[in-house]
Amino acid sequence: MSTIFGIPTPALYGQILIGLINGSFYAMLSLGLAVIFGLLRVINFAHGAQYMLGAFAAYLLLTYLGIGYWPALILAPVIVGAVAIVIERFMLRRLYGLDPLYGLLLTFGLALIMEGAFRHWFGAAGKPYAPPAQLTGAVNLGFMFMPIYRGWVVIASLVVCIGTWLLIEKTRLGAYLRSATENATLVQAFGVNVPLLLTLTYGLGAALAALAGVLAAPIYQVSPLMGTNLIIIVFAVVVVGGMGSILGAIVTGYVLGVLEGLTKVFYPEASSIVIFVIMAIVLLVRPAGLFGREE
Amino acid sequence: MSNSLLEVRGLNAWYGESHVLHGVDLDIREGETVTLLGRNGAGKTTTLRAIMGILRRREGVIRLRGQDLLGLPLHKVAQAGIGYVPEERGIFASLNVAENLTLPPIVSDGGMSLDEIYTLFPNLHERRTSQGTKLSGGEQQMLAIARVLRTGARIILLDEPTEGLAPVIVQRIGDVLVALKKRGMTILLVEQNFRFAKKVADRFYLMEDGRMVNSFPGHELDARMDELHEVLGV
Repeated sequence: MSTIFGIPTPALYGQILIGLINGSFYAMLSLGLAVIFGLLRVINFAHGAQYMLGAFAAYLLLTYLGIGYWPALILAPVIVGAVAIVIERFMLRRLYGLDPLYGLLLTFGLALIMEGAFRHWFGAAGKPYAPPAQLTGAVNLGFMFMPIYRGWVVIASLVVCIGTWLLIEKTRLGAYLRSATENATLVQAFGVNVPLLLTLTYGLGAALAALAGVLAAPIYQVSPLMGTNLIIIVFAVVVVGGMGSILGAIVTGYVLGVLEGLTKVFYPEASSIVIFVIMAIVLLVRPAGLFGREE
Repeated sequence: MSNSLLEVRGLNAWYGESHVLHGVDLDIREGETVTLLGRNGAGKTTTLRAIMGILRRREGVIRLRGQDLLGLPLHKVAQAGIGYVPEERGIFASLNVAENLTLPPIVSDGGMSLDEIYTLFPNLHERRTSQGTKLSGGEQQMLAIARVLRTGARIILLDEPTEGLAPVIVQRIGDVLVALKKRGMTILLVEQNFRFAKKVADRFYLMEDGRMVNSFPGHELDARMDELHEVLGV
């Protein structure tokens, strides 16, 4: 069996794949956080709960309505996005212009309520959610066997991230978003309905989290606390990429996912802290993050 | 004045608890260029911000072609046909020149086409792919003005467009305003440089301590130099 630095190549490639899959979730979640923070200046602590809601929405659609994975990929983000729009209209909106701490506390409280409620209703144990029949099995890549569903997650995440980046960088709506990030009052003075833009942005960010939740359901199972464990890492990814930087969130998500995977191979003891060590170094060397703009 | 395009009556405004505008009256007819004069802190910029609705705490009457603007949210005021060019220019660093130029939505027919705008501001065409904030101060000011010309706004509120610019750029901006006036554009100009404003203004309003203290036609400017020196402190 061939080795690299004494590590069997199947083990190495397997960890790189796991890193890529984790990175896919980091990228999608940090992308939504970055979009929300960039425009609303809200540190959305409910993002992990919205990821969990997406997974639960898919699970409940299947269990009670018999609606399968493919429709759930659309329906779950729409449902969670709609819930987020209600939260923005009736709660978050009241906090704009105040210290960002208030938004953080509100969304943190909402996350606790959502996770607590789902734990009360469904228990803490994970619920199995099967991948669709078309994505079961594995393919032999020559150097390793790759589960088809995991490959699909990486591809779907890349498509979502690139699509969101194109939406923000190359469209008129994206130009409104970028300019409103700099000076929302002036953009509104030009006739753009900025309050609606804020509402839709929060809805879009939450929908991205929910989409990640649906994609994650067949891999990690559906559990009320599935977002809690992930969200702290995702915040670290956002800080490393640069708060509010879309490209930073995407690139950093994948890179840190792979680095975390490689650490599991070469120095497993550090694998759970490597992202936070990198975050600390980046904060010391470049406080605005790798892709962030210095204020 | 029933034939006013923009009519302001008894406008009061507050920054927090501070009462900053005291019963401001203002009328601008279609195609007119009206200049607000006054020293720093007189309330000129505040008047523009209150008309737009950027300054939210205000009372009185603001009508555009008879439509009440006071209760409208900020974006609806712009959609009603008011184009705003702020003192700080507000060029967006995350957009290039072309994106900055096309950012404001079209609010009605009759705005200038991009070709017309690039003919009026050839520098902007040459630098259309540059980041907006990489332009010189004069180019940024031209971009800020050009940006609202596309929208079909009925009236442009122009806040101190010559501030901090070299004389040759001030001259160029003056030429642009003359060209816009010839096209029949209605402009409310805030300016401390009354010699610059003299080239384009049909009428002047004089502000002091948040109040309109006088108004007079443009051709009377020279005859009122003593009064201007007293009010403006120049």
